[in-house]
Amino acid sequence: MYSRSKASASPYLIWMVLFTVLPLALVVYFAFTDQAGNPTLSNITALGGYAMVFVLSLALAAIATALCLVIAYPVSYLLSRLRAGQQGILLMLVMLPMWMNFLLRTYAWMSLLERNGLINRFLGLFGIGPFEMINTNGAIVLGMVYNFLPYMILPLYNAMLKIDKNVIEAAEDLGAGTLYKFSRVVLPLSKPGIRTGLIMVFVPSVSTFIISKMLGGGDTWLIGDLIEAQFLGNTYNYNLGSAMSLVLMVVVLLIMSVMGGFDSEDMEGVI
Amino acid sequence: MGTKVMKRVYLVLLFSFLYVPIAIMIAFSFNSEKSRTIFGGFSFRWYEQLFRDEMVLSALALSVFIAIVSAVLATLIGTMASVGINRMGRISRSVTLNISYIPILNPEIITGVSMMLLFVVAKNGLAGLAESDVGALAWLAKNLLGIPSLLITHITFNLPYVLFMVSPKLRQMDIRLYEAALDLGCNERQAFFKVVLPEIMPAIFSAFLICLTYSIDDFTISYFTAGNRQTLPIAIYAMTRRRVSPEINALSAIIFFVILAIILVANLRERRGAYKGGRILPAGK
Repeated sequence: MYSRSKASASPYLIWMVLFTVLPLALVVYFAFTDQAGNPTLSNITALGGYAMVFVLSLALAAIATALCLVIAYPVSYLLSRLRAGQQGILLMLVMLPMWMNFLLRTYAWMSLLERNGLINRFLGLFGIGPFEMINTNGAIVLGMVYNFLPYMILPLYNAMLKIDKNVIEAAEDLGAGTLYKFSRVVLPLSKPGIRTGLIMVFVPSVSTFIISKMLGGGDTWLIGDLIEAQFLGNTYNYNLGSAMSLVLMVVVLLIMSVMGGFDSEDMEGVI
Repeated sequence: MGTKVMKRVYLVLLFSFLYVPIAIMIAFSFNSEKSRTIFGGFSFRWYEQLFRDEMVLSALALSVFIAIVSAVLATLIGTMASVGINRMGRISRSVTLNISYIPILNPEIITGVSMMLLFVVAKNGLAGLAESDVGALAWLAKNLLGIPSLLITHITFNLPYVLFMVSPKLRQMDIRLYEAALDLGCNERQAFFKVVLPEIMPAIFSAFLICLTYSIDDFTISYFTAGNRQTLPIAIYAMTRRRVSPEINALSAIIFFVILAIILVANLRERRGAYKGGRILPAGK
């Protein structure tokens, strides 16, 4: 369109190479060197000792992602079948909490789940409890679901919005029952949204270090906590931390490729 | 109609799950007691304390400063890039887009630690290069981690969003408008500023707003690259570590109502057609 315009992308490209590609190259470099800068594999082999942390992180993130899918799927379907005006308002209500900083959202659950927290107090009125809710794996999963649920609802809703009402009615006319209609029409057509939603919930869940610190009481360590400790905590080992980061990145990439990447159209509204 | 009632109940349960914790936090911001569970009476005590809290106020000031400066620069560089990639060949274009996806798809903690590594390496390198403790290099080595590193990080994670919001608008634009301007005697520069820019201005403005919000909201990446500076989310984190600090409820309430007001105004403007471009929705992760 404009003659010299190709050059106008160069500040961007230089910036992205300097501040996105180069830092990632440094992570790789640090992961394969020791503190003196000599090449080594010891950082990678040392990760074996943290296998349980990796397993726990993956498991908690997987549970949270599955819960989000189960909770969000009916909501998204209901929303996509409402009148346009109602859709807009309810969708805004779904996204509104996301505008609040996630530290504040997580903090809100801290005071609810505490031993003398509101939930235990409420249950106490009926003579139940108190339960040990905070500082459990359950609390961490709850925090993940609460923080990331809208990231599941939004792509599902976008995918279901594209399902033509006539297609569903046709299935009904042709005698499909509720279950059949769901499994043969709605589910296949919403698959791109499911994939995007799974990635968008799983990635922040598996890499969090705040939710585990605030709701897990600091005794439960996830991958994110391990990495944070190497860079800012007291263990302080950039090389080991880089190796952990590298593995986390590989895990995330693997999961994305298993899911077949995601549909950028279904991210609409998020980007 | 059993199913209709079920649908209602389901939506009510969902929205209760989303809003009850926030509502309780807001209610307790007016508590006259320090307790997080017993409501002692109505007061503005925590609001008063919040507005006198030096730590919070200076963190807020830093956050606003970083947000404005980084949003302006990211919008500028990103808009220029959007014009540029429209003109690129298929291969260089797909390379550019793939690089742009990195900060969006990478877990935030990785973006944070990788940039922290870069700044630490650069800082040590600069300190090594500087021959004495005075001079520009030595100054930069000493001050890199802080406001400069925060600005660089925030520009970096915002840039791709600008590209992804502005470049589709350029592609949708009718190229004949631009050609007509040239035929009518504009030079390329004039045609760009008089025809193209006004056309994509709403998208640029939306991108700018997105950058502001993502910047103010960011905790994870700033946490690793802020040195010993405190942005507002970092200050909030420090407050949650102290556990009993009802000021945080007051801060949450203020933030919630400010956001609500902004969204209502944006929606009203959108309805009147003055505000087109990408729908603004909150930051990822």
